[in-house]
Amino acid sequence: MRRSDPEIRRLDDQTGYAAGFVSALLDPRRAPPDFVSGPNGKAASKRYAVYRNNVTVSLIDALAATFPATMRITGVDFFRAMARFHVRATPPTSPLLFEYGRHFPDFIEGYDHARPMPWLADVARIERAWLDAYHAADAEPLPPQALAAIPPEQLADAILTPHPTTRIVRSRYSAVTIFAANRVDGPVTRIDASEPEDALVTRPGLEVMVRRLPPGGAIFLSHLVAGEPLGTAASAAFAGAPEFDLPANIAGMIEAGVFSGTHTRG
Amino acid sequence: MNELANSQRSGASAALRFPAHPVAGLAGTSLKHTHLPAILADDPQRGFFEVHAENYMGAGGPPHDTLTRIRRDYPVSLHGVCMSIGGPQPLDKVHLGRFKALVDRYEPALVSEHLAWSTHETTYFNDLLPLPYTQATLARVADHIDEMQETIGRPILLENPSTYVLFSQSTMSETDFLGELVRRTGCGLLLDVNNVFVSATNHGYSALGYLADFPLQHVGEIHLAGHAEQADDEGDLLLIDSHDGPVADAVWKLYDIVIDRRGPIPTLIEWDSDIPDWPILKAEATAAQAILDRCAHSLMPGKAYAAQ
Repeated sequence: MRRSDPEIRRLDDQTGYAAGFVSALLDPRRAPPDFVSGPNGKAASKRYAVYRNNVTVSLIDALAATFPATMRITGVDFFRAMARFHVRATPPTSPLLFEYGRHFPDFIEGYDHARPMPWLADVARIERAWLDAYHAADAEPLPPQALAAIPPEQLADAILTPHPTTRIVRSRYSAVTIFAANRVDGPVTRIDASEPEDALVTRPGLEVMVRRLPPGGAIFLSHLVAGEPLGTAASAAFAGAPEFDLPANIAGMIEAGVFSGTHTRG
Repeated sequence: MNELANSQRSGASAALRFPAHPVAGLAGTSLKHTHLPAILADDPQRGFFEVHAENYMGAGGPPHDTLTRIRRDYPVSLHGVCMSIGGPQPLDKVHLGRFKALVDRYEPALVSEHLAWSTHETTYFNDLLPLPYTQATLARVADHIDEMQETIGRPILLENPSTYVLFSQSTMSETDFLGELVRRTGCGLLLDVNNVFVSATNHGYSALGYLADFPLQHVGEIHLAGHAEQADDEGDLLLIDSHDGPVADAVWKLYDIVIDRRGPIPTLIEWDSDIPDWPILKAEATAAQAILDRCAHSLMPGKAYAAQ
């Protein structure tokens, strides 16, 4: 009934161009909308295909720019074919392209052709975390003397404010080593991928840094980032990794700029 | 158009954190981070830099550090790519807020957006999509421009698109549509001469005819860029607005005609993919500057008077 109402139909004609235009943008099997053409009624298949191509290729390019190590591992053709599936299934929902690709690591994990590279999704997760750290807010990292200023009996109650750039990525594979070897140009030697590695991503200044965390480090920092006190975080780390070295981890987190402030409970 | 470009500055200027750096009569280039070391190694040159606003909408990090350093020494043009002004749905208020924050932070000499759209429902298509030119789309685009100008507190320059298809719904020419938007909203125009050439070729009309109908007196900035060649379904030439090479000779000729007619208008060389080394991009801007300077001279009041 709605279609027969002339007033509503006129409204549809005026606003429906967007819905009609996008209908075939991400699906090359669909015909271009019937209301576009070339001059003098010329056909619009190749003309419309320019938009279709711009959308798909520019979004694949955006993923390629965000995940360069992932692409170096797979090769360009493999990567672009994989990215094309993802772009069509999960186009961006924000106009900020540096936010795009959050679902790409999960997509890689389920991508059949990537099954022989089970570490690939974790490398992509590190790259996504790298870009988050790059664009996150700037802040002064916690100075080394900040913890020394806390009375020893209160240290276990200390709560730390995570630096806006801090990210932790845990992997059952050697994702940090694989990331580091492929994020730069130069030869890659054979890597044993079976060693579990946890990545710490920080940007205390202008340069993003990716480090491999020592045993228990990821548990320790994850608890601290979640706002739990130092004592609780250390207990959790010891429980998860008996070889956890508390002084070394505290020194490491200060040096990496994982936190930007501190206070004690109560 | 200096009133349009710099209207913000005529008010209370005590709070300016950056030097004013006028953009009048200058040629500039897109700012590419790969060129930054070469740009900073040079002494500050005549010229300006244009940035895509969205690339600076993160909270912090190297992009803001770079733009701050550039803005200290040069006029900056803030060019929005995805406000989706030409779409039927309301503008994204969050995005509008981010845009305003950038205008407030960097005090750009020029602010521009596109007559195009890129978001539908919740999907961002990352392309400048075309719209039909009707009374209904005119009213809505005018509302969107009003909203953007009210939010950022200054007029914008609206860029003419390059297009590959025509809409059966259209009832107005693009130049009439743009002229009416200027009249209704007080916005200025960004004339992309390459887009004129690309659209004229693709749709079989005269680029000179388009320019004759274009409201040139409201142009506050010009864009020049390279294009690529493809073929349409009938095998005829279809030009693609690719921004991946030098400005074509035919586009330089049209530019010359516009500047001859209108005097020196700030002009930007866009080069967004297959980006060359800095000296090559800079040479394109130098070529535009030479045309601007020639016409600046010919339009000096004394000379104009003497010529009568």
